[in-house]
Amino acid sequence: MEPYKIKLDNIFEGPMDLLIHLIKKNEVDIYDIPIALITDQFLEYIGWMKSMNFDFAGEFLVMAATLTHIKSRMLLPVHEGEAEEEDPRLEITRPLLEYLQMKSAAESLVQRNLLGENTFVRNPPREAIRIAPEDEIIRAGLFELIDAFQKILEKLPTEHRVDLTADRISVKDRISEIVDILEVRGSVTFGELFSSDADKNEIIVTFLALLEMVKLSLIRIMQHVQLGIIRLFYL
Amino acid sequence: MMKDLKNIIESLLFIADGPLTVERIKNVLHLSDATEIRNMLKALSEEYEARGGGFFLREVAGGYQLRTRPEYTEFIKRLIQPNPQRLSKAALETLAIIAYKQPVIRSDIEQIRGVDCGGIIRMLLDRKLVRVLGRKEIPGRPLIYATTRHFLEVFDLKDLKDLPTPKEIEDLGDSQTETSGPPPSSIPEESAGSEEKKS
Repeated sequence: MEPYKIKLDNIFEGPMDLLIHLIKKNEVDIYDIPIALITDQFLEYIGWMKSMNFDFAGEFLVMAATLTHIKSRMLLPVHEGEAEEEDPRLEITRPLLEYLQMKSAAESLVQRNLLGENTFVRNPPREAIRIAPEDEIIRAGLFELIDAFQKILEKLPTEHRVDLTADRISVKDRISEIVDILEVRGSVTFGELFSSDADKNEIIVTFLALLEMVKLSLIRIMQHVQLGIIRLFYL
Repeated sequence: MMKDLKNIIESLLFIADGPLTVERIKNVLHLSDATEIRNMLKALSEEYEARGGGFFLREVAGGYQLRTRPEYTEFIKRLIQPNPQRLSKAALETLAIIAYKQPVIRSDIEQIRGVDCGGIIRMLLDRKLVRVLGRKEIPGRPLIYATTRHFLEVFDLKDLKDLPTPKEIEDLGDSQTETSGPPPSSIPEESAGSEEKKS
């Protein structure tokens, strides 16, 4: 048998790249992978990496285990009358196809007219807008936030009806709504996020969303020194 | 109706520091109807195309922006030194996965790429190509990622629907190992996906 030679100029980032390399090298059909052959070569490659004291990731071992498992399942006899099982190789074919699809998507992305690469825009001076001293803003702390939140709660009508039909919005959904607003506008005041007809549930969800966003460092919360207006800035 | 509407819009496009949305123009001009603005943008774009000058009007990231024609890149690069922060292949792949699969969590990205992507995701976040949408309410509450408006700007995309359709994988290696007959007709022949649409 011909020894399997490995070219040094192929440094694979992960097991998927190695698999793709082996499939291409052997010129086999991805929909009909000769699993025994590919598994052997894969293991051989891992052995080589070990012997070279190559620092390879555990992901290669996971893949090797998967391949070996598929290989063993291929050897099992198929009994007549049993529910038809799908080809065990699909376990590896499916992710391979998806990975290849994403690789080609990445290629087509980079072929576009990239900004700063193939096409340029005018660069307006960044410091054109200076903040006047009276417009000074400071970083708002948690207590200022809670104060502002209290004020909004006080404005709520003191009805204690619970509307069971209302759609409850989750904190997660509210975060993405706020992100959408900030994506467009860059900043928004605290008050604007709480519509006057919002119910208590909605107000609390919005407040929790804000706290979560600060924690994720998605936004910075600043307070105007004179006016006391709290503003959220998208980071 | 403003009689210099087209010129006014052109001046706004000239000075804007990012893609200018029709909505924004509408607000600036105190107009109630966007149809006329759209018509003017179309007229401007056609003028630039007819003139064939150094720049053109691109519809990008939900707005309109004047951009230099790719033909003159070489000279622009001599004038200004663009920061050559190229994305690595791994970074591009990760970005593509986030773009196509968003909203997506890290483990899903790593599932597709088969390798750890933590460092790359952090870099994409830093470069504002990717943003955190929140946390998924599953054990571990992993962060949810999506692409940004900046991503659309950099990759010259109108919106996410403008992403090129991922090509079906049909030509990996040689699908005919034994025969040398004609290629199977079932292979979908997709025309080159990198065609530039001219508007």
